[in-house]
Amino acid sequence: MHITKDLVAASATPLVLGILAEGDSYGYAILKQVNELSGGQLEWTDGLLYPLLHRLERLGHVESAWETPPGGRRRKYYRITDQGCAELVEQRRQWATVVDALRGVWNSTQSIKPITAPAWEAGQ
Amino acid sequence: MIVDSDKDLEGQIAEWRAYMHRRRELLHTDAEELEDHLRSRITELTEAGLQADEAFLIAVKRMGSLDELSREFAREHSERLWKQLVLPGEPDALAARSRRELPVMVLCAAAAALSIKLPSLFGLDISDDDAGFYMRNLSLFALPALAAYFAWQRRVSLRVIGALGLLFILGAVAANAYPLAGDSQSLVLTAIHLPLALWLVVGIAYVGGDWRSDRRRMDFIRFTGEWLIYFVLIGLGGGVLIGFTIGTFNAIGLDAEGFIESWLLPCGAMAAIIVSAWLVEAKQSVIENMAPVLTRVFTPLFAVTLLAFLVAITWTKSGIGVQRDVLILFDLLLVVVLGLLLYAISARDPAARPGLFDRLQLALVVSALIIDVMVLLAITGRITEWGFSPNKTAALGENVILLTNLAWSAWLYFGFVRGRMPFARLERWQTRYVIVYAIWAWTVVLAFPLVFDFA
Repeated sequence: MHITKDLVAASATPLVLGILAEGDSYGYAILKQVNELSGGQLEWTDGLLYPLLHRLERLGHVESAWETPPGGRRRKYYRITDQGCAELVEQRRQWATVVDALRGVWNSTQSIKPITAPAWEAGQ
Repeated sequence: MIVDSDKDLEGQIAEWRAYMHRRRELLHTDAEELEDHLRSRITELTEAGLQADEAFLIAVKRMGSLDELSREFAREHSERLWKQLVLPGEPDALAARSRRELPVMVLCAAAAALSIKLPSLFGLDISDDDAGFYMRNLSLFALPALAAYFAWQRRVSLRVIGALGLLFILGAVAANAYPLAGDSQSLVLTAIHLPLALWLVVGIAYVGGDWRSDRRRMDFIRFTGEWLIYFVLIGLGGGVLIGFTIGTFNAIGLDAEGFIESWLLPCGAMAAIIVSAWLVEAKQSVIENMAPVLTRVFTPLFAVTLLAFLVAITWTKSGIGVQRDVLILFDLLLVVVLGLLLYAISARDPAARPGLFDRLQLALVVSALIIDVMVLLAITGRITEWGFSPNKTAALGENVILLTNLAWSAWLYFGFVRGRMPFARLERWQTRYVIVYAIWAWTVVLAFPLVFDFA
């Protein structure tokens, strides 16, 4: 299944903030987690995660720090800030509204499905 | 065998890294972050059984096209290079356009230069009694051409072009429909505020119609600073040119002053507006931006001066002499402080931690605020005594607008220096506030003459 670009872009911020709310992480790990959470359905272009992280940092939703684990590579870790947590709550609220509305639409379209065939066709 | 493929892989990664470093949008640390990602991906793929070179290819592919990547980085980090509208990508179309860039610029400059001579066809001469006409309309000669140049360059939509046209017509009507006497205060106010209002209209063209975007607005602020510097430099060069023209022609007994007054100076000034804008656009990647550099130099000096002034006031216990034009002087002081703040913000890396320079900036803003509040306190008592003339109302209004901006900026800056607020808040406050300037400038131009009965 292919998910459209707009939808991927819209869901990126809450996904990243949500993942970081569970603990500090770095780019590659975040990406892997997104992949797991969506059962591999949500495909991001790897590199584009980083401009997004930098944007969240500029807005003050996350902070970053370079850390070098013993014997490992230097790596940039991201941590969610209080402001980021507040943003996540806000995003959740908005998404819940959207999902509710969509659910309503799916239910109503299901009920009108039998009469989607044009009347003149039915008359033939 | 394995050693070989490892060496190959390192070579390939090094090549990829060098390729990343050639992109100015990507800082060294960004490239490092991306390389870490690339290596993680390669490790995962080789563990799944792929050969190193296969894993490298897939990892690079998954990273996304470098053009797209650097475009996203440029969009996010516009302070690194503020040429979003000439972003990489569409290289063919861009090359064709940049070939036409120069002729179009020359065309717009010529249009601006000739438009100032148009009224003289109808008998309105600069040196005559019609100086009032030229004062009111000065901004209406070159700025439409400048807006047209940007509208062409950014390929703005028809709706935006329509809006630009309407705003310029509104400006022209405002400048000429009111019966303002040659010596009225409203005439001077219009002559000062209409250029400001129309400059912000040019801003709409500059940002390609995307005027709601904070980042684009910041780009326009950067552009304004660089443009001003280029314009002053060209003006200095023009002064030298005029001096030599007069001197050399004098030496052979010809008087060139008439030509200079009615052609070289007005036409040259109008054309310089367009040429400066083009230079900023064309050269922004060649030299470092000047406005932030000047800001760096003058912020400490102004901070020290203002602090010394504050100390002097408290030491001598002398009040500020409340002359009528003192308000204008302190308005200008606030404009300078705001400019220093604005261009420090525009070049700052929003992610950097607060440093000494930020504290200095805060000290500058706070001392300017204290001084201005003292001036305002001293002046409010006298204002009723003088009555509200257009000049005083405008000066007072501007003071309040600037004071509000700086007071809230100081508060945000304070929060930032204490590490409780991201720098972006301050940036956003400044870019949002631009709309207040626009509203104020248009109010002065459109409403003041009516309110004050064309005084």
